[in-house]
Amino acid sequence: MEITVLAFGIAKDIFGGATVTVGLTNNATTADLKASLEEKYPKLKHLASYMVAVNNEYAEDSGLIAERDEVAIIPPVSGG
Amino acid sequence: MQTQIEIHTAPLNIQACTDWIMSPDSGGIDVFIGTVRNVTKGRAVLKLEFEAYNKMAINEIKKITKQAFEKWPVQKVLVHHRTGTLQIGEIPVIIAVSAAHRAAAFDACRYIIDSLKQTVPIWKKEFFEDGEVWVAAHP
Repeated sequence: MEITVLAFGIAKDIFGGATVTVGLTNNATTADLKASLEEKYPKLKHLASYMVAVNNEYAEDSGLIAERDEVAIIPPVSGG
Repeated sequence: MQTQIEIHTAPLNIQACTDWIMSPDSGGIDVFIGTVRNVTKGRAVLKLEFEAYNKMAINEIKKITKQAFEKWPVQKVLVHHRTGTLQIGEIPVIIAVSAAHRAAAFDACRYIIDSLKQTVPIWKKEFFEDGEVWVAAHP
């Protein structure tokens, strides 16, 4: 399946755009998505940390990703 | 138990926030106003840029305000956050809390701003004379 991943903050700079498309196997997990992105964009690994959000909630590494989910990369937050 | 959570691209309005938070049964209101500082670790800051994942940011702020209501006897909670480019002295965030007694208002207000900085998907970029940096991105 193809997943469109939203990017914010420094992740947008790393991906070179506000979204990036990733091909994943069905039943892929958040950890699979991270591995795939880190392979393509090694700079992700240099961040202090980053999270994946699925449907507007922080996702666990073991969480499954479905084709129609809204998926986003959340680099370290710095609001306020 | 009322909350008002908003993310704006236009300048935040302090008066509108204090008007909303006022109520006859309150004995105290605590207001936190975040402002853009002109220096970070000795380097002059020219301006800041804020970006939010709006829908999720509102969700996460709701969780924090809900926790504040569970932890303290507060009456109303307001969180307004700004996005876009902000100049020195401008206001990225206003948090207002009303309660019957001041201790709850102070404690809840501090809890909300401290938690917001940890979990709410909003990002800040600092612009210096010689470059720019996403705050907290790198160790």
